[in-house]
Amino acid sequence: MASRADEQRAGKWWVSGPPLLYLLVFFAVPTLIMVLASFRTPGEFGGLAPLRDESGALDLNLESYQRFVAETVYAQVFVKSVGYALVTTLACLLLAYPLATLIARSPKKYRDLLLLLVILPFWSNFLIRIYAWMIILGPNAALARVVNGAFAWFGAGPVPLLFSSFAVLVCLVYVHLPFMVLPLYANLEKHEQALLDAAQDLGANAWQRFWRITFPLSLPGVYAGAALVFIPALGIFAIPDILGGPNDTLIGNLIKQQFLETRDWPFGSVLSIVLTVAALSLAAFAAWIGRGRAGAERPVRA
Amino acid sequence: MALLEIQGVTRRFGDFTAVDDVSLAIEAGEFFTLLGPSGCGKTTLLRMIAGFDLPDAGRILLNGEDLADKPPEARPVRTVFQSYALFPHMTVDGNIAFPLHMAKTPDAEIPGKVAAALEDVRLPGFGKRYPHELSGGQKQRVAIARALVTHPTVLLLDEPLAALDAKLREEMQLELIGMQKDAGITFVYVTHDQTEALALSHRIAVMNRGKVEQLDEPSKIYGFPRTRFVADFIGHCNLLSGPVRSAANRVVVVDVAGLGAVEVATPLADATRAGAGGTIALRPEKVRIEAASDAARGNHYRGTVSELLYMGDVTVYRVATAAGLRIEALLANSKAGRAQFFEVGDAVDVAWSADAGHFIAE
Repeated sequence: MASRADEQRAGKWWVSGPPLLYLLVFFAVPTLIMVLASFRTPGEFGGLAPLRDESGALDLNLESYQRFVAETVYAQVFVKSVGYALVTTLACLLLAYPLATLIARSPKKYRDLLLLLVILPFWSNFLIRIYAWMIILGPNAALARVVNGAFAWFGAGPVPLLFSSFAVLVCLVYVHLPFMVLPLYANLEKHEQALLDAAQDLGANAWQRFWRITFPLSLPGVYAGAALVFIPALGIFAIPDILGGPNDTLIGNLIKQQFLETRDWPFGSVLSIVLTVAALSLAAFAAWIGRGRAGAERPVRA
Repeated sequence: MALLEIQGVTRRFGDFTAVDDVSLAIEAGEFFTLLGPSGCGKTTLLRMIAGFDLPDAGRILLNGEDLADKPPEARPVRTVFQSYALFPHMTVDGNIAFPLHMAKTPDAEIPGKVAAALEDVRLPGFGKRYPHELSGGQKQRVAIARALVTHPTVLLLDEPLAALDAKLREEMQLELIGMQKDAGITFVYVTHDQTEALALSHRIAVMNRGKVEQLDEPSKIYGFPRTRFVADFIGHCNLLSGPVRSAANRVVVVDVAGLGAVEVATPLADATRAGAGGTIALRPEKVRIEAASDAARGNHYRGTVSELLYMGDVTVYRVATAAGLRIEALLANSKAGRAQFFEVGDAVDVAWSADAGHFIAE
């Protein structure tokens, strides 16, 4: 006879089973396929060579990994991608913090409207938004004329805004800003005014109140936002493809090239795996730092 | 000159006058309480002393110096908030060290001062804990230690015991008295709890609708309320109102509907004219309740027990007179073996001497 506990356990599986199955089929299995592909030999005309060679032996090797280590240009692109993602994250943080603070402190009836404005860009297509930047940054647009007019005033030559690292970074920040604003807002909105009153009462000026109370208490929001910006920014390829110059090839572009143009699937898999591992270890690192700092908010004895 | 002077302070929020032309002088070393129902302006007044709010009119002087231009962080005044407002990301040590850091205390002196402050609130060894690991009473003590560690001139306490249970509250009341005495710091205490105010304070300002109704020692506030509001708000009170029939020889006679002529001894008799309105405030513990008898005396009325509340140490009787007026009388259950003397429906006499009541002119 099935007990109530058994029934409850079965109920849990009914609820959590489908999403679990979905993740298994569309995330875990492809990841395993990719890991397997990274050890295989590229096919003569792209794709993968047969798993067993003519003698019937398994054809698994480390050649693609060795290539990644040997040809430092890939590691350099990798480091550059991390750099772009870091700059993007930092710029988003600096822009999003005041914005999230403003929304969190505005009267309750306006907050939903302001949040809606933050996520409004998502209503138009991602690629269209990137192409819009081509127009904004284009050589004949008002922005370029003003900037180059100012440069000419100081005797400097005209600079192209489009197809540059500048264009890539501006668009990276633009696309990812909402992902920083939302978790920061969710955190800042919960802050108690009484804590700031107490800090002020105890002698803290505005800067000290921010730096010693508001900012440390907002760290969980900062970490969440940083992860939401950093990880997608690290793997992005569409923005450098469309807005970047020849030197703005990032790891995402390399992976796309390996699969779609060079058709070297094993090497593309290696790059993907390195990217995933790098993103995961950075996220783990951030979580580890976060635990140390925000430990106060967690019940230790629980 | 008083330490803290509040001169003609008014604060309006739109059409609502929260604090209405209040003047108070609070002395150094005093335990001063602002007592009143919610919305009476006591917390607004406290926030203006702390600097979180500014008066629309009037001045607040500390040691003779106008505080108007000083922001809260620059005032030698500390507040203990009702919610404690401990910083959740700092340990107890970190919380108490916070005002020391803000005051640029040399780092070498901080641990000693923090430890001493914890000692003062009887929490030695709790320094490494976080606020969420403390009970309500412990949080309260840390908040007080944090506020006192820099030896402020004035400590403001905003309903600090409201969140504690009754037993702990009583314990903390005794400790607050001790702390105030030891620290020698002026306490300005805000509460709506009249027993707390009576137990703790040197002086109480009873506030109502933004005004101070009475400023006095606890025993005077309780025994000689100046207005109907004070009599009603502080403790339980029978309020017997009516026109004054006669006033002479330090005795006023009031015509009370349902009772008839009631005598009350008062020094106000000479200033009171017949026909004016008046109220006799009569504490239940001053009303005698006894079995009905025919012995006629002054202020002696027949009635029946309509309700009784057995409270353990005392029993509260409500006695209805023939005309329907209810008089509350309180009887101590101190007699051995007798928990209660009368039952609901018993015919009883209630009586009080002329000097038991307190006359309030209207």
